[in-house]
Amino acid sequence: MSAGQPPFDSPEIRRLTPVLGPGHTYASVTDKISAIVLTRPTSLGWFIGFAIAFGLTGLMTVAIGWLFIKGTGIWGINIPIGWGFAIVNFVWWIGIGHAGTLISAILFLLNQKWRTSINRFAEAMTLFAVACAGIFPLIHTGRPWMAFYMFPYPSTMGIWPQFRSPLIWDVFAVSTYGTVSLMFWFVGLIPDLATLRDRAIQKPTKIIYGMLAMGWRGSARHWQRYQSAYLLLAGLATPLVLSVHSVISFDFSVSIVPGWHTTIFPPYFVAGAIYSGFAMVITIAIPLRKAYGLEDYITMRHLDNMAKVMLATGLIVAYGYFFEFFLSLYSGNKFDVFLVQQRLHGPYAPFYYSLILCNILTPQLLWFYKIRHNVVVLFIMSIVVNIGMWLERFVIVVISLTRDFVPSAWGRYSPTFWDWATYIGTIGMFVTLIFLFVRVLPAISIAEMRELVAETSEKKE
Amino acid sequence: MDGMREHEQHEHIDGRHDHNDPAGDAKLHESSMDLAAVRARLQSKTGKQYWRTLEELAGDPQFAELLHREFPRQAPSEWDDSVDRRDFLKLMAASLAFAGLSGCGRTPEQYVVPYVKQPEGMVLGKPQFYATAMPFGADAIGLLVESHEGRPTKIEGNPDHPSSLGATNVFAQASILNLYDPDRAQTVTKFGEIQTWSLFVESAQAIAAEMKAANGAGFRILTGIVTSPTLAAQIQSLLTLFPQAKWHQWEPAVGDGTREGAKLAFGSYLNTVYRPEKADVILSLDSDFLGSGPGHIRYAREFSRRRKLDGPSDTMNRLYVVEPTPSVTGATADHRLPLRASEVELFARALAAKLGLGGATALPADTEKWLDAVARDLQKHKGASLVVAGEQQPAEVHALTHAVNDSLGNVGTSLYYTEPVEAHPVNHLESLRQLCADIDAGKVGTLLILGVNPVYTAPHDFDFASKIKFDPSTKQKKVKNTICVSSHFDETAEVCDWHVGESHYLETWGDARAFDGTVTVIQPLIAPLYHTHSARAVLGAFTEKPGATDYDVLRERLKAAYPSADFEKFWRKTLNDGVISNSASAPINVTLKFNPASLPAAKTSSLDEIEFLFRPDPCVYDGRFANNGWLQELPKPITKLTWDNAALISPKTAENLKLAHNVAWGGGEHGKVYSNVIDVALANSKVTAAAWIVPGQADGVVVLPLGYGRKRAGYTGTNKGFNAYAVRSSSALWAATASSTMIKKTGEDYPLACTQYHFNMEGRQILATGTLEEYRKNPGFAHEPGGNPPKELSLYTEYSYPGYAWGMAIDLNSCNGCNACVVACQSENNIAVVGKDQVMRGREMHWIRIDRYYEKSVKSVTNDPSSYDASLDNPPTFFQPVPCQQCENAPCEQVCPVGATVHSAEGLNDMVYNRCVGTRYCSNNCPYKVRRFNFLRFQDWETPQLKLLRNPEVTVRSRGVMEKCTYCVQRINTARIEAEKDNRKIRDGEIVTACEAACPTQAIVFGNANDPNSRVAKLKAQQRNYTLLGELNARPRTTYLAAVRNPNPELLTAWRSPAKESA
Repeated sequence: MSAGQPPFDSPEIRRLTPVLGPGHTYASVTDKISAIVLTRPTSLGWFIGFAIAFGLTGLMTVAIGWLFIKGTGIWGINIPIGWGFAIVNFVWWIGIGHAGTLISAILFLLNQKWRTSINRFAEAMTLFAVACAGIFPLIHTGRPWMAFYMFPYPSTMGIWPQFRSPLIWDVFAVSTYGTVSLMFWFVGLIPDLATLRDRAIQKPTKIIYGMLAMGWRGSARHWQRYQSAYLLLAGLATPLVLSVHSVISFDFSVSIVPGWHTTIFPPYFVAGAIYSGFAMVITIAIPLRKAYGLEDYITMRHLDNMAKVMLATGLIVAYGYFFEFFLSLYSGNKFDVFLVQQRLHGPYAPFYYSLILCNILTPQLLWFYKIRHNVVVLFIMSIVVNIGMWLERFVIVVISLTRDFVPSAWGRYSPTFWDWATYIGTIGMFVTLIFLFVRVLPAISIAEMRELVAETSEKKE
Repeated sequence: MDGMREHEQHEHIDGRHDHNDPAGDAKLHESSMDLAAVRARLQSKTGKQYWRTLEELAGDPQFAELLHREFPRQAPSEWDDSVDRRDFLKLMAASLAFAGLSGCGRTPEQYVVPYVKQPEGMVLGKPQFYATAMPFGADAIGLLVESHEGRPTKIEGNPDHPSSLGATNVFAQASILNLYDPDRAQTVTKFGEIQTWSLFVESAQAIAAEMKAANGAGFRILTGIVTSPTLAAQIQSLLTLFPQAKWHQWEPAVGDGTREGAKLAFGSYLNTVYRPEKADVILSLDSDFLGSGPGHIRYAREFSRRRKLDGPSDTMNRLYVVEPTPSVTGATADHRLPLRASEVELFARALAAKLGLGGATALPADTEKWLDAVARDLQKHKGASLVVAGEQQPAEVHALTHAVNDSLGNVGTSLYYTEPVEAHPVNHLESLRQLCADIDAGKVGTLLILGVNPVYTAPHDFDFASKIKFDPSTKQKKVKNTICVSSHFDETAEVCDWHVGESHYLETWGDARAFDGTVTVIQPLIAPLYHTHSARAVLGAFTEKPGATDYDVLRERLKAAYPSADFEKFWRKTLNDGVISNSASAPINVTLKFNPASLPAAKTSSLDEIEFLFRPDPCVYDGRFANNGWLQELPKPITKLTWDNAALISPKTAENLKLAHNVAWGGGEHGKVYSNVIDVALANSKVTAAAWIVPGQADGVVVLPLGYGRKRAGYTGTNKGFNAYAVRSSSALWAATASSTMIKKTGEDYPLACTQYHFNMEGRQILATGTLEEYRKNPGFAHEPGGNPPKELSLYTEYSYPGYAWGMAIDLNSCNGCNACVVACQSENNIAVVGKDQVMRGREMHWIRIDRYYEKSVKSVTNDPSSYDASLDNPPTFFQPVPCQQCENAPCEQVCPVGATVHSAEGLNDMVYNRCVGTRYCSNNCPYKVRRFNFLRFQDWETPQLKLLRNPEVTVRSRGVMEKCTYCVQRINTARIEAEKDNRKIRDGEIVTACEAACPTQAIVFGNANDPNSRVAKLKAQQRNYTLLGELNARPRTTYLAAVRNPNPELLTAWRSPAKESA
């Protein structure tokens, strides 16, 4: 640490950067957050942003429609590169989908108070990212109308899925994760939905929120049940955070493709997932707090902490890269050694160097307090990390396939318009859902913020 | 023919009858129209209303019925509704009556005899095999054609036929697609308008009558090489009828050098038959005798027999090849020397001189050294050596070759001479030149073009199109009557008056001679699909007996030519065997009348000049197969290009000319490579071609493959590649020399579909190669340390195979990369053609591919032949067929989420198409990358002709499913059923996979690996046997036998490149 900079973490810093701005009461918190949904007029900016995002969602729909009409041949995949953008995007989205549950569940269990104001939208982001991710395994199949073969349904033919295949493990891992994340999110929403119901002015709004609130009255018994349910779900979700991406990494590590067949993949994928997840939370948090004036709730303290998590997981990822590299060379396996050479000198080398730049070098700036506290730089850096993590999946999935065992079969991959359309389309869908979310649901947990108000005021007393 | 005409008239009358039914009209008038209803309807309507009649307005149901019946396509509208029994019977009676009338012309009563089993009546679903033959140049390939319920679906070689011995080549395999080509000419046309055959016969008779009066003056026939005795007899009879008529021949891709060389050496045209089996040392002077030319299938078989190794003590023959551009023969050679085509002649002269035959030629020092070694080797094996000259080499080289063979005492042992196989051997170039001169002189009144396409293939300085085309400026034609008979409405047909669609050889009766003179009866497998006719029938139309059928004419001729007590018996036996026994031409004694010293000094070209060579394309030949999708999509043996030809250039010349390749991102090495486009200006003409750099090509040589750039080939073949005929002149038919400034880079790039651009093995043991000496020292040289990990390493339990364990062994020592297996597999397994765009995306569907690698030592830095390196000058070339390896510990099976690829009890990796959802995970995990995915709907489901083509025993795959080699599981099951009926085990050799059957060199052997006495088990027991990527422990059922070359110790450094020597 250079002189003049505050130490990395200290009570001093916590004081300087609180998790909740000063002077808030129960009422102010509730007013502020529920107003976004209920009373504040929808801004022109929201409409413009939503229109763009929805347009992109439309593009995705067209791209998928055309895909269903023509077949996966509209993409750039070929033999030997059987998996292209679809799987890259799938892994990328699932990775992004890790932060929400990590923040909500693991940090909740670890009693990290600063998670409170970001957990709601981080969880929402998780759900939307999983939704985006979930599209890909379905549409990337050659016959999506037969994709149900992958589920263990009681077929009259007595045929089951082939349980040795990691893709089947994927089906279970992702669907479980999606379900638990949804439940966790929804349970957390119930008290806030009740608040919205109570504050809603129009009848239909009241009815809708009322139905969603499931009869929440805020009684002590409700709170008691609620909290134990929330805790249980947090406990349930915690192992899933680790398992989902481990299982997804099995898609690669269980195969024999050089560059895929690596034992280091499960922890390295999980770290990468959290890394990209936090990057995405920052990417969303910074515009959100700006647009709705939520600087008091999503404070610099939050951003600082998330930047630190990014830095830490980024270092784990760097460690993973290094050992992937080292073990390839150390193994002496000619295919693995060749792979390393290919990454450094092959036709796709620029991608590898960009990946190192985005994922390892750039985040080192986060060691600096000033960088962590510069919102603009942090925002850009989160985007860079998102790009870097996408490149990582591209390097692993695609480039490993381009040159494997038999040189005569080596090939190359380049995405087509429809690859891009589908990818950008899912980003559009993600943003669309985020826009809808901030418009109709409290982006920050009102109930938990009130709790935080209580706690901070208790401390003061 | 009358029957057919009648039929057409009947249809006509019938149609008129239906339309103007007076009874119907009367009925309509009878029924009173309700005018009140009309008025009511009119009043009830508002706005603009249109009606055709008052009846319609009235909503008269009778009018509705009339409307319905007014435009029916004759009777069938009756079928739309339920038909009562009475109407049904009436209709049936009518159609049967008409069928009877129309039937007589269409189904001639002619008998075909099955080859193997005499069916006691057709068993549905069970194919039958018929012997026939495909005429091809001065050869005919004997075939057995599989027929499913009367439609031929698959071509196999006829083991009893001398030029096949059971094997086939790509053209024979793909010719079945020509039969079902939807773009074939389907009828007779005059000026492009559809005519009837009888009208054609009428006008042919009129021409004949006119000719008769003029004694035939002005009547000309133009054909390709004719080996059919019956067709030749038909032409001869016409020539007798019209004494002044003339027969011209033009075969664009076969040189006159072979004929003229024999004439030069022996004074007359002769046919040379080689016996490579008898030769210990073979020298090829630019001859691709293993890959093309008459008898090549047999030659490849005989040659490979001498290279089969059972153990280290076995001996091998030795092959030297001198050639300007790499061929499959050159790739198989033990020593290969790239020389310019003109230098090949110098080499031949020097060889003759070296052998003491006179003459003297100075060669460059390294070539001289090479020649010395070869000459010594040949002399050491007198009587057991063979020198072969290439079809495209000039007469001098052929004459020299005859002299050399004579002096080496090879005549009578490794080769013999017979009378020509061709019915009428002539110098084709002179023949065509004569025809053109006569046309210009106004001496030609009627030109009959049979089965050739001179407008496309004639030397461009002849400008053949202008000879027969209607000239709008003078408003006249030089030739009054032009008649073209060809399978497609091609470039020539376009400018001829009449065009008669030519029947496919599987549709007509005929005969042909093989390369050794053996006569085969060509037996049709199916009645003509369209209104097409044979060339013989067209010729017959000019005679006094225009109605004679091919069948009758053929039988008449055979009766006369082969008198036997019981002709029917002879006939049936001939059809059954596919050959007329003992009909091969007898060897004749010849005396050499040629002194090499008497040859005039050879023309030498400056090394600064570029030599442009014209060669038939290995896939579309002279262009006749341009519309064949299988052949278009077939990677060419050396270049691995598909769908295009390219100007082939050596790496060094390319460097000088600053030509390069650029691997595209989409598809890349397995699909799409951009190449520089060049303009080639030759003989006052110009062509724009993509340049392709070919390692091993002689420097200063540019090969312009023929057969592409067709303007009227059909949907598949039109406008593919560039037309090399456009710069081919009669003065330089095979080789043109020009300054290198004749090549101009246009600055543009052209995408070529190349299925294997990466030629380097990257130091991996992919294709094990060694020399005979290395093999003798270490018979297991192909095995790498740690190559086969212990079986227990697998997580999963071993399968046990108590019954059969199917396996395959591929002898890389035999494979010469000819591609016959690839097309055979495509034909057998209903494999789709995907088109150039998809090939460029790396999505071709071949279940078996032939990988072409250059020796390991070839540089690996860029793997790009367009950056020059000396190791690319003459790299040793090897081929490796790669079908599905059918692993026992299959990586694909473990990762399929739905169990669509599963292990069978006999060790096959079965693909269950119905179960496949298309995740492509199996392909990713396949280390051999032999799986093929239907990225789009690649199969053509609409074209009715192609439905006939398909093998009914193999599923036609839809989009979105994975597919791959099945070891021809349908053939396994057919054999299993037979064996189980007899309550026995399947015998070794009873199952022959499609690739195995087609292979001329028997490089592929399939069988039960559990049976130690099976051929495959014996091969697998050899020490040369190795597993591709054995270290992965996938344990493939397909294994390879290492390629062993037999280099001359004197020339060892020439074979091994210096890098390897030093290493």
